[in-house]
Amino acid sequence: MTNNRTQNTAIAFSDEQAMILESAKGFCRDRSDITAVRSLLNSDNGYSGDIWAEMVALGWTGIAIPEQYGGSELGIGSTVPLVESMGRHLLSTPYISTTLASQALLRGGSEQHKAHWLPLVAEGSIGTMALLDSEDWGATSTSCNLSADLELQGTKLLVNDAAVADFFIVSANHQGAQVLVLVTADQLSSEALSKKVLIDETKRACSVNFSGVKLRADAILPNSEAALRDSKLIGALLTAAEATGSTAAALDVVVAYLTSRIQFGRLIGSYQSLKHPTVEMLIGMDSARSFIYHAATVVGDEHLDQDAEIACRMAKAQATDALLFAGDRGIQFHGGMGFTYECDAQLYLRRALWVQHQYGDAQHHRLHLANLLLD
Amino acid sequence: MSNELQELRAEVVDWIKHNKPADPGFLLPQTFMEVGSERVLDFLREWQHKVWSSGYLGMAWPEQYGGRGLSPDHQNIVDAEMKLARVPICFNVIGLGWAGPLILDKGTDYEREKYLKGILNAEDIWCQGFSEPNHGSDLGSIQTKAERDGSDYVVNGSKIWTTMGNYAKYMILLARTASQTERKYNGLSFFLAPMDAEGISTQPIKKLTGEYGFTETFFTDARIPADCLMGEEGQGWRIAMQTLQYERGAEAGAAGGISILSIVMNDLLNMAKDLEREGQPLLKDPVTRENLVKFLIEEKALTLANKRIAIPALCADYPNSLSLSGKLRSTEFYRRMRQYALTLQGTQGSFYVGDDDAIDGGFWQRAYMNNFSTTIGGGTSQVQANIVGEHVLGLPKD
Repeated sequence: MTNNRTQNTAIAFSDEQAMILESAKGFCRDRSDITAVRSLLNSDNGYSGDIWAEMVALGWTGIAIPEQYGGSELGIGSTVPLVESMGRHLLSTPYISTTLASQALLRGGSEQHKAHWLPLVAEGSIGTMALLDSEDWGATSTSCNLSADLELQGTKLLVNDAAVADFFIVSANHQGAQVLVLVTADQLSSEALSKKVLIDETKRACSVNFSGVKLRADAILPNSEAALRDSKLIGALLTAAEATGSTAAALDVVVAYLTSRIQFGRLIGSYQSLKHPTVEMLIGMDSARSFIYHAATVVGDEHLDQDAEIACRMAKAQATDALLFAGDRGIQFHGGMGFTYECDAQLYLRRALWVQHQYGDAQHHRLHLANLLLD
Repeated sequence: MSNELQELRAEVVDWIKHNKPADPGFLLPQTFMEVGSERVLDFLREWQHKVWSSGYLGMAWPEQYGGRGLSPDHQNIVDAEMKLARVPICFNVIGLGWAGPLILDKGTDYEREKYLKGILNAEDIWCQGFSEPNHGSDLGSIQTKAERDGSDYVVNGSKIWTTMGNYAKYMILLARTASQTERKYNGLSFFLAPMDAEGISTQPIKKLTGEYGFTETFFTDARIPADCLMGEEGQGWRIAMQTLQYERGAEAGAAGGISILSIVMNDLLNMAKDLEREGQPLLKDPVTRENLVKFLIEEKALTLANKRIAIPALCADYPNSLSLSGKLRSTEFYRRMRQYALTLQGTQGSFYVGDDDAIDGGFWQRAYMNNFSTTIGGGTSQVQANIVGEHVLGLPKD
């Protein structure tokens, strides 16, 4: 039964990846302290263009892009330490969106797509995925249509970083199959974007109405089916990595409070009723971290195999649950302060509530895992 | 893997095929803490002797003490195959994994000559006397006294949870030789005590499973020869802590042999595959599937933790987290997983060992209840959580 299906437990981490992690930790810590995070909460785009330019200059946007297209070809697994570090410092940028969009092109696009867009991404162009048109990540169909004469009809629900995206990878029905198409920002009408109010104020997303956009036949990704499946799984992995970082940060905030706040004459961290659940946060974070680096190890440039699918889904299920727990207890353990907007604990709870619905919640992934592992 | 090791693997697989004992008609222990009757003892003694005399135990120990002078890898390969084939356990665990490696590492030539071979061939069973009634996990509070009197030490007090205390020839004993020390740990000394000394008696403890395996051990003016002292007076705590390090496997000095039957999710799924709920196969029930996947994720996380722990760059923020939380994570996982197995059994979960309708002879009933020895013994889960909170996260003590 499961015997062979959960056997792959590889975790490899090269010296090069260790250096990436070190540099990412330092960068995110320096550029994204909590004051910087809060200063961006009400900003239009949710991130600093200067910091994005620095990330591009460091080569981060090209890390998973093959050398022939201007990247450093270190593989998608090497983005995991970057994204975990961003999550740890709540550094929100279009990095995940862009990485996923470029992966979709790499895995499903034509030579022309890759040759044109991947070098641009390495140089800082922004892309994003437009997949969802209902609340259901498990939906196997989309209400967005690409007609026979190649006109799009439909609205996508939660398109991350849409306001700053240069290009969109959009899923649509076309001649009886679901395809991915490449739409550029200049093809959208001026009323296409409608900004959403999000529970995580560090994030930005729009509804995007693609109706009326006319495409050329070469806008369709030739290998759409594989790219769609792989993008969703890699999306689950990257959001799991971000969530794992945020869980570690939530834990730091809780530990700092438990080791400084005195009630009834004692530091409150000495109470087992607070200490033991805090250990549970640590254990949840530790497991999530093991899964994201396992998944980073088994996810390659090829079409994702079953081991990789299991790894990505387990990573997302574990990371989501761990952050929900840490975010929730983080509020409670701060007492009255935890109920205020001023207390940083709210940032992590809101992150938890956001991240659980990125690329499928825990239950969605466990349902698919059950099909993979129990039948 | 080298050719030599590959050949060894093939050899041991073949050996197991021809030597794995048939079902003896009574339940065999899942761990060494469940040796509760003479017939089980005799069976396991014969089995361990056979494993040793065939060259598959103590493989990395020196030849002059009954070993084969090979590498830990040799032993590990043999153990892995034995585990996979679910052969009976090598039950003399305190000897093989604690006392033996200690004597090999720190003992005198006389002690090595006297003790080691009997540990491997199962003639001399060893037990451990650390815990005391009322002190549970807190070894610093040990009260059993050993007072020097001429060429003897006179021991008074009692120990509890002595695994196989009633069958053991020797005990590794932690006792207090000085009561007035600055730190409570400094007054402790470590002995290799003969269990047949006058004044030592044992009382078997009936466990919640209805079976035996532990004793309480009483010392009433028991005289043990002074040369039983390991190291010097006052070094007992340090030696005891050192002893705990050997268990980590053949690399750390243990003789090897499997001490515990591994019971994993795959066993649970095999057990559940023919069960039904609401007239449908249990494994089609969505709630059950969700729960099973949660357990599968948790089981895999345990394995992955053991991989990640070897990569310091991925453990930088809390370097000792995975090692200090290991016992808590794994023993609590197995407790819940085994409890769920009984939930899944439906009404058959209400039968017990001895009933024909109990699934696998009550295997899961025993597995679940006995698992408490791991969530309680060696520091309860609650103490473990304190340790992780204080030593990993830096939270204040109680």
